[in-house]
Amino acid sequence: MSTQTKHNQYALIFIGPAMLVLLVVIAYPFFYNIYMSMTNWNMYHFRNPEFIGLKHYARLFTEPDIFKIFGKTLAWTAINLVFHFILGLSAALLLNNKIKARPIYRALLILPWAMPQYISALTWRGMFNLEYGSVNLLLAKIGIEPIGWFSSEFWAFLAPSITNIWLGFPFIMVIALGGLQSIPEELYEAARIDGAGAWRRFRSITLPMLKPVPTPALVLGTIWTFNNLNVIWLVTNQGMPADKTHILVTYVYKAAFTYYRYGYAAAFSVLIFLILLLIVKLYRKAGAGEIS
Amino acid sequence: MNQTLKQSWQSVWIHALVWVFVIFSIYPILQIIGISLRPGDQLYSTSLSLIPDNWTAEAYKIIIFEKPFPLWLRNSLLVSLSTALIGVSLASLGGYALSRFKFLGRGVALQGIMMTQMFPATMLLLPLYVLMRKFHLVDTLAGVVVAYVATALPFCIWTMKGYYDTIPVDLEEAALIDGAGRLTAFYKITLPLSAPALVITALFSFMTGWSEFIVARVMLPSSELATLPLGLESLASTYQTEWANYAAGSVLVCIPVVVLFLLLSKFLVSGLTLGGVKG
Repeated sequence: MSTQTKHNQYALIFIGPAMLVLLVVIAYPFFYNIYMSMTNWNMYHFRNPEFIGLKHYARLFTEPDIFKIFGKTLAWTAINLVFHFILGLSAALLLNNKIKARPIYRALLILPWAMPQYISALTWRGMFNLEYGSVNLLLAKIGIEPIGWFSSEFWAFLAPSITNIWLGFPFIMVIALGGLQSIPEELYEAARIDGAGAWRRFRSITLPMLKPVPTPALVLGTIWTFNNLNVIWLVTNQGMPADKTHILVTYVYKAAFTYYRYGYAAAFSVLIFLILLLIVKLYRKAGAGEIS
Repeated sequence: MNQTLKQSWQSVWIHALVWVFVIFSIYPILQIIGISLRPGDQLYSTSLSLIPDNWTAEAYKIIIFEKPFPLWLRNSLLVSLSTALIGVSLASLGGYALSRFKFLGRGVALQGIMMTQMFPATMLLLPLYVLMRKFHLVDTLAGVVVAYVATALPFCIWTMKGYYDTIPVDLEEAALIDGAGRLTAFYKITLPLSAPALVITALFSFMTGWSEFIVARVMLPSSELATLPLGLESLASTYQTEWANYAAGSVLVCIPVVVLFLLLSKFLVSGLTLGGVKG
């Protein structure tokens, strides 16, 4: 038997079961969703949806708010990622020093990741409450007027962003810590002997050695943040004020499960998927996110 | 002398900055613990103290003895442990194939796994519901387990593959030369070496089941099958939101995952290579 056939056979045994689950539970619904997007399945045609072709897709682009929501989604993704990386990397660099009780600090900083997302989101919603929330109470202590977090578009965008930054930085921190620990100590020793200062060592050793580590995290982080339904939905209580805080995924979730516009939501979901596919393609062109 | 002084100043700075991070991280958690200890007349309080005056564990008593908390816990444990068990088995095998064999369709499989992450939740939810109904899996715990395994699998396969990539192939080849079969070599040599990645995979699959809310709300309509997230949500959405009870429930839900994370945080750092380090 040739090596190739052998490899194929082994691979089938090893990866077959996982692929079967993914095909049934993810691939089938994916194609079914495409079919749904071409029907007028909604509240009025609940039992007798008809095929309507690409009508929903054509309608998507005449939606008055769609470009605004799209822009907001991009801003949401970018803001979150930038802060995840800044905070995550800083925390990792701090924890990479030989300090006392390092394992305890590391554990405490991982906590936001350990908490179930829905609990964190609801807790933060409470903390952003106008009168009783601790964020406003703390601001009052330093003489700042209470902020109506859910009464203006701007603040209602900031509130879930802060929540999500809190939720997400430990993931990057953990990935970066793993990368930092794999940098051989001898490199630093050698640099020290050559008289390189702390900043120089950081720029010439730490950064270049760390560079390949976060690229998969960057791609995954982009996708996860772009598609994050929980945080905005729960923190802004389904899009307060008056559905002005939506990003693409929360908007489509509302269309599907509050207004029962199934066919339309299906078409919208396909659009979101295509946008993400394009973004990942762009990343790959820029040299990031290569998976081998 | 000057050198040591400089170093100790540096250490003070590092500790101070670490503490800024620590406060940011744990403040919301302390907050929820504080709320769970509030007596009924202080639910709307403008006090900033973390432990309320006249604190009481009343809410914990209510949630454990008067609410169906034990039932939710049982359902959640069944779902999460099954998800972890199946998830680890499938991912440890699948990741191995992707790491070691150059098989036909390997590239497609890798791309496909990446793509699954790009589907918005709404895209799969309704079709999945339709599918589950065909197989009579709606309103069964088995149904959500299947959904959760599929949700967790891509990331888990990835983690496993990335970790296998860092283990030298020579070890297995030596065993193969000694006459061991492929499966034996995998089971006896590679798998034990992959403990950190296995731990992460188990933790991640468990967490998927433990904290998922949106799929559960669609798939598990009857209250006897409610998992913890559904149960807690029912407390938060009643007319008179039972904030203290809700907070107490949340604390109880968080304890096991927090303990797991703390125990395993060492493995998290070593096992989560994400395929970033190419072997």
